[in-house]
Amino acid sequence: MTHKGRTVYVPRDSGARSLGAEAVADTIAAQAASRGLDVRIVRNGSRGLYWLEPLVEVETGRGRIAYGPISAADVPSLFAANFLDGGTQRLALGVTDEIPYLKSQERLTFERVGLIDPLSLDGYLEHGGYRGLERALSMSGDRIVEEVTASGLRGRGGAGFPAGIKWKTTLQINARQKYIVCNADEGDSGTFADRMIMEGDPFLLIEGMTIAGLAVGATRGYIYLRSEYPDASRTLYDAIALAEDNNYLGANIRGCGKTFKIEVRVGAGAYICGEETAMLESLEGKRGMVRFKPPLPAVAGLFGRPTVVNNVVTLASVPLILQNGGAFYQAYGMDRSRGTNPIQLAGNIKRPGLIEKAFGISLREIIYDYGGGTASGRPVRAVQVGGPLGAYFPESMLDLPLDYEAVAAKGGLLGHGGVVVFDDTVDLAAQARYAMEFCALESCGKCTPCRIGSTRGIEVIDRIIAGRNGDKSAALDLLLDLCETMSASSLCALGGLTPLPVKSALKNFPEDFGLKSANDYR
Amino acid sequence: MEGQNRWDRARVESIARSLKDAPGALMPILRRVQDELGWVPPDSIPLIANILNLSRAEVHGVVSFYHDFRHAPPGKNVIRLCRAESCQAMGSSALADHVRDRLKCDFGETSSDGRFTLEAVYCLGNCACSPAMVINGELVGRVTPGRFDETMDRLDGGRR
Repeated sequence: MTHKGRTVYVPRDSGARSLGAEAVADTIAAQAASRGLDVRIVRNGSRGLYWLEPLVEVETGRGRIAYGPISAADVPSLFAANFLDGGTQRLALGVTDEIPYLKSQERLTFERVGLIDPLSLDGYLEHGGYRGLERALSMSGDRIVEEVTASGLRGRGGAGFPAGIKWKTTLQINARQKYIVCNADEGDSGTFADRMIMEGDPFLLIEGMTIAGLAVGATRGYIYLRSEYPDASRTLYDAIALAEDNNYLGANIRGCGKTFKIEVRVGAGAYICGEETAMLESLEGKRGMVRFKPPLPAVAGLFGRPTVVNNVVTLASVPLILQNGGAFYQAYGMDRSRGTNPIQLAGNIKRPGLIEKAFGISLREIIYDYGGGTASGRPVRAVQVGGPLGAYFPESMLDLPLDYEAVAAKGGLLGHGGVVVFDDTVDLAAQARYAMEFCALESCGKCTPCRIGSTRGIEVIDRIIAGRNGDKSAALDLLLDLCETMSASSLCALGGLTPLPVKSALKNFPEDFGLKSANDYR
Repeated sequence: MEGQNRWDRARVESIARSLKDAPGALMPILRRVQDELGWVPPDSIPLIANILNLSRAEVHGVVSFYHDFRHAPPGKNVIRLCRAESCQAMGSSALADHVRDRLKCDFGETSSDGRFTLEAVYCLGNCACSPAMVINGELVGRVTPGRFDETMDRLDGGRR
């Protein structure tokens, strides 16, 4: 038979599963069996082309051929069209790597996500895995840190702090115990890059954490994972066990004499635990209350010991930097934002997904060239960049390049790289109110501007919305004053940045607050 | 009432004892109690406090801080609907109204027949398939009121 030993890929990514990938995989297996065909089904991660999920791929002589979005009901027609030989069918997309959305990307960190079975260590090794660690094993901690510093890698969680400097601080401290903590509490709406890595290429994160451990002299690592990611949790547990069984984790890693162990800790639904010091408190078994800084976690972090806290994408960027050298990574990007950034495109968008590109691509390219405009077909009216603490930008500002400093210069933040698109039915006054509501809901309560300010913020926005006919100036003055207090005197980014979505909504969309123009409010 | 208050003391004690030596043991213990029992019974607080040599106030403080830890047992079916921005952009507010009507309970409540608990969740990481929700532990993407009703009809048919 021509299809003997064909390999079919059906993602195990939770996004694909949420659209019926399990039923698709089961139906393909059942149909193949009933037709007497030898089909091996590999459950890969997602390619990140979510509007095409569940995306089924077949390995052929021409490369992997894609079909999507496939439902279980479409499966018989796939067989009828001889998809195992790459036959043409209504939902055929051609060679996966040639799909423009994917082909035009610069996939460095995500090079294997969607390509391999995430729990095949052999697959990971065949596709270039563990070469970074191999090189790191022959280097001193200082040299590893130098390489990371030279790459220009900055924290992808949102703060954008240079990873090399953080690592160097911890490296230089003498301590009996140091820790690596991976921040996998990806709570920003519109973001899913961490999840895709953990579900689609978990060994990459494990390798990155191990290199970090070797670099700074830490022997223990914790992955603080949000509870909303049960699939990632299962995949990480299995991958860690496989790495331990194959001596990539544990004592005397690959015979180098060094020890590194990783434990997954699952959170309990508190957004604030994505803040690094609240996360450390939570890992210590306490309420997730933000700590005062200094001391920095790099000096006195988990259980008072020197601790490197890095986001999933940051740590997952490290293996390639070690493999190819810092200069290789540094060659991508613009200005002080070096390397690539996985942008996550979501909300009301025709083609949502993950777009890994060098820093500097504009919002317009992301939303129109990649995203194809809104899913509703209505005009784009507002775009929130950087999660719930990020600014709302109007259509007229979409030429903004996505770079840490460029977004900050326009009163926003790049954050974890989430882009949420809204069409013209959005009410920005309601979104501003929601920003305050979210802050009130998730505030740890330690500092007054955040704890009390957020609730007063909801009330004063309600007064502005309700006071259509009255004089708004008093309430507006109050809101702006409150925003200033929160920005200037909150302990962490939650209270400190909640004013960003509020003020940007007011400035860019004054009509939604019943104001004639942006000038009305100042 | 009695049925509602019953809880598995032996199970909680065994979880707490098996994890008590882990660094920062309280969170893993509470996490597992929540996962296995579906809630953290108030009576488990002094028990865990005693095993970890903490005060009841300290344990209560942690239980009450985190949204995941339920203070009462949930209904037979737990529905969690994402209410964050990406899902808002794809009509989750209208979906929320529909879900409330269908389940006859509001967010944070259990329906009077004890069949449904409805919870708000802020991001499921499924933003590229908004709006998203979790029905009895299973993530569902691109939810429409119609698609939600189909799932509920199946639950109704199976009398769950």
